[in-house]
Amino acid sequence: MLFFVARRLLYLVPVLIAVSVLTFVIASLLPGDLAYVILGDQATPENIAALRHDMGLDQPIWLRYLGWLWHILQGDFGRSFRTGQTVLQAVSERIPVSFELMILAELIGLAIGVPLAIACAAKAGSAFDRFMTGSAFGMLSVPTFLSAILLIYLFAVELRLLPATGYVPFTEDPVANLRFMVLPALTLGLAEWPGIMRVLRSDMIAALQEDYIALAKAKGLKPSRILFVHALKPSSLTLVTITGINIGRLIGGAVIVESIFALPGIGRLLVGAIYTRDLIILQGVVLLVAAGFVIMNFIVDMLYALLDPRIRHGHA
Amino acid sequence: MATLELSLEEEGTTPVRRRQLGMLFWIAAGWMVLVFAVAIFADLLPLPSPTDMDMLERRAPISAEHWLGTDGLGRDELSRLIYGARISLIVGLCAPMIGVTIGGALGMLAGYFRGRFESFVVGSMDVLLAFPPLILALAVTAYLGQSIFNLTCILGVLGIPAFMRVSRAATLSLARREFVIAAQALGATHARILLRELLPNVMLPLLAFFLLGVAVTIVVEGSLSFLGLGVPPPISSWGSMIGEGRESLDVAPMLAFIPAIAMFLTVLAFNLIGDTMRALTDPRQGAL
Amino acid sequence: MSGALLSVENVMVDLPTPRGNLRAVDHVDLAVGAGRTLGIVGESGCGKTMLSRAILQLLPKKAKLSGRVMFDGQDLTGLSAEKLRKLRGRSLAVVFQDPMTSLNPVLTIGTQLIETIQEHLELDLAQARQRSIELLAAVGIPAPEQRLAQYPHQLSGGMRQRVAIAVALSCEPQLLIADEPTTALDVTIQAQILDLLAREQQRRHMAMIIITHDLGVVAGRTDEVAVMYAGRVVERAPTPALFKRMRMPYTEALLAALPKLDVAPHTPLPAISGRPPDPTRPLKGCSFSPRCRYSAGRCTTEKPQLSPAETQEHVYACFHPIAAGAGA
Repeated sequence: MLFFVARRLLYLVPVLIAVSVLTFVIASLLPGDLAYVILGDQATPENIAALRHDMGLDQPIWLRYLGWLWHILQGDFGRSFRTGQTVLQAVSERIPVSFELMILAELIGLAIGVPLAIACAAKAGSAFDRFMTGSAFGMLSVPTFLSAILLIYLFAVELRLLPATGYVPFTEDPVANLRFMVLPALTLGLAEWPGIMRVLRSDMIAALQEDYIALAKAKGLKPSRILFVHALKPSSLTLVTITGINIGRLIGGAVIVESIFALPGIGRLLVGAIYTRDLIILQGVVLLVAAGFVIMNFIVDMLYALLDPRIRHGHA
Repeated sequence: MATLELSLEEEGTTPVRRRQLGMLFWIAAGWMVLVFAVAIFADLLPLPSPTDMDMLERRAPISAEHWLGTDGLGRDELSRLIYGARISLIVGLCAPMIGVTIGGALGMLAGYFRGRFESFVVGSMDVLLAFPPLILALAVTAYLGQSIFNLTCILGVLGIPAFMRVSRAATLSLARREFVIAAQALGATHARILLRELLPNVMLPLLAFFLLGVAVTIVVEGSLSFLGLGVPPPISSWGSMIGEGRESLDVAPMLAFIPAIAMFLTVLAFNLIGDTMRALTDPRQGAL
Repeated sequence: MSGALLSVENVMVDLPTPRGNLRAVDHVDLAVGAGRTLGIVGESGCGKTMLSRAILQLLPKKAKLSGRVMFDGQDLTGLSAEKLRKLRGRSLAVVFQDPMTSLNPVLTIGTQLIETIQEHLELDLAQARQRSIELLAAVGIPAPEQRLAQYPHQLSGGMRQRVAIAVALSCEPQLLIADEPTTALDVTIQAQILDLLAREQQRRHMAMIIITHDLGVVAGRTDEVAVMYAGRVVERAPTPALFKRMRMPYTEALLAALPKLDVAPHTPLPAISGRPPDPTRPLKGCSFSPRCRYSAGRCTTEKPQLSPAETQEHVYACFHPIAAGAGA
């Protein structure tokens, strides 16, 4: 087990380095460069040359990369030349919003997906099962921004039950915070449940064919115990994997949802930085999100190993 | 939201369900033919220009002149819808084409030659997968500038890892089969084995996956355009139409819903056809 | 057959397949008295496992069962799901072939034992735990207390089968069905497991059905043997009588296919030539006739019925039974 963790950790290092290189190279692709963006159209070539020199932009790219990496390793991700905020400040202010959104969304997705998967697996092939699998398939074809618009139209425009945009921190007013969060989280959750349901359902159907289910029946166990303990527990490992795979989708979805519902999260920070061409923020956020994503995936892998007794005891 | 991670697709398709998909399959194919036809022949259709504004006829209702009314700037909705289909299909087809070509080739080479090359390819793909796809697409468009060409390239590159996995998995399972070993024993060159023996067999799962990739690309293009970061205005795209329609959701919800329905049906059609083909061609379930 | 604990009466199992109807079990009559043991022997695909599932009422959903399965005075085929559930694990227990797949990989051995005990017996957790430890000790598992917290993959195959037997014995069943209990195990372990089953059967005075493809398994460990071929019982006899003088050529062929310790090494092992008939295309005559060296005359046109030999207990279905002294 320890060896397994160590090997995975060691693999993280080259991936993270490659991620930083890629981020840096993409940022350097900009036609014209940072100095041009900062000084604007009116800048004289001399001014630009001077600023380029001040910022070290006239150095070769690998030297600039190493300098950038050196600062990052010291915790300095740079500072927005528009707001003066550091990248870390901006990100840490907004991360709770995105986390709350993603966790609520995943909970909604699980709350819809898991019971449906169990019900469908228990009655595999029935009319209910076919209807739900069909619906899940249909839902997979609904882009997040479509369900967002439908929900806004239904709950904010027609029924006037919930606010369409806005945000209050949870610490200030939990009820208002949740009212603002319901629609965004529901939007993302609606995109999550079909994947959860489809995978868990087919996994449980496979589990229900196993010999140990036949033995559980032959032991005279209650059908509910067979379904929820003997079939669901082996399949629940899949849930961890799905959750891991969903993180990437959730982050992408959060960008869209935060923009639509005007939530001050990481996604909106990123989109805002693109609109205002705030390249330092953009570069820093992309790097942090990618690094965070890699580390989250690592944690999910470890969690999976921890939960599966076969891997936990070194039979991986 | 669907992204470029399609590896989760797997389903115990029972014979009963497959037969039912049969009817849906033909409806989906019919819709796809319709969308393709209007997109290809848009210039020949008697349509008003999709970019001509008419400030006197903003948000006009459905009429003989404007079959689906006009948008917030008085542009003909039907015309924008049809030209939008063009964008969705161009980006939706070209981007996975890049993915299927590069990813498919890399996957076959990795699966056939194994060794260091395989480790390198798989490792590089892990790096590409380390970025949440939409974030990478956003960042790159922000730096390179918005254009259909840039958008297509980025979405294409983002699709490479998924296609690589499909083609590598298929190659791995095929490379040990008798017909490949027989060809090797007969002294066939690597190029000949790859092109004549393996490619025809890897092609089918890749094609099925290609259709699913089209659906995903249309969604991602739509998302970017919806945020105003995809196709540059004034070109009409379903995503940007929905984004513009969102502003007038309270007065003219149809402006958002019409392109939304068109997009949903098209994505669903590609998903349905792709999924049916995958169920028919996938040699091993869960081989991805 | 009156007074038997279990009697299988005219049981047929039909399975719909894409290639047509498959009659997996064909007009089978069997009986086991309380405390007695019955061996069911046959090649794979002869319907012996389907028969055991039919007794347990655990057939696949689309399978059709006809006939009666009388257990302790009631017909199992007519029982409600709830009544069956109360019976299974309590009075009617089973040990499956492969202990690698029949124990749940993500539940501890303790959980799998205790859940069975608590389902059927009025015991609290501590008592059920104590009983589990005693059961594991009884089936010969060392350090039983530590085993409760372990998972199946932490045990060897033989140990796992012992656990499966402990689970089956946990509620003192009246009948234990052991479906190929040793097939998936190492040869060296097989005898140990069979001896364990025999010992526990005698100690607990329960009836037992051993299902196997190996005539050697039932010899000396059963009171009666039924040989099955293509879904039918083709010979049934008290074990000593059968081994003394078998009538059915198929039984003889099965016995000849057993590896023997007293022949020289590298002697070719006689195998039964050919394959069992396609069960979706039943033959008009005796199902064994295409592979039978005695086959002649009406063997291919008429189905032989079970008829008694010297005693009523020994029955066989053959037109050309092996003559006295000609058998093995």
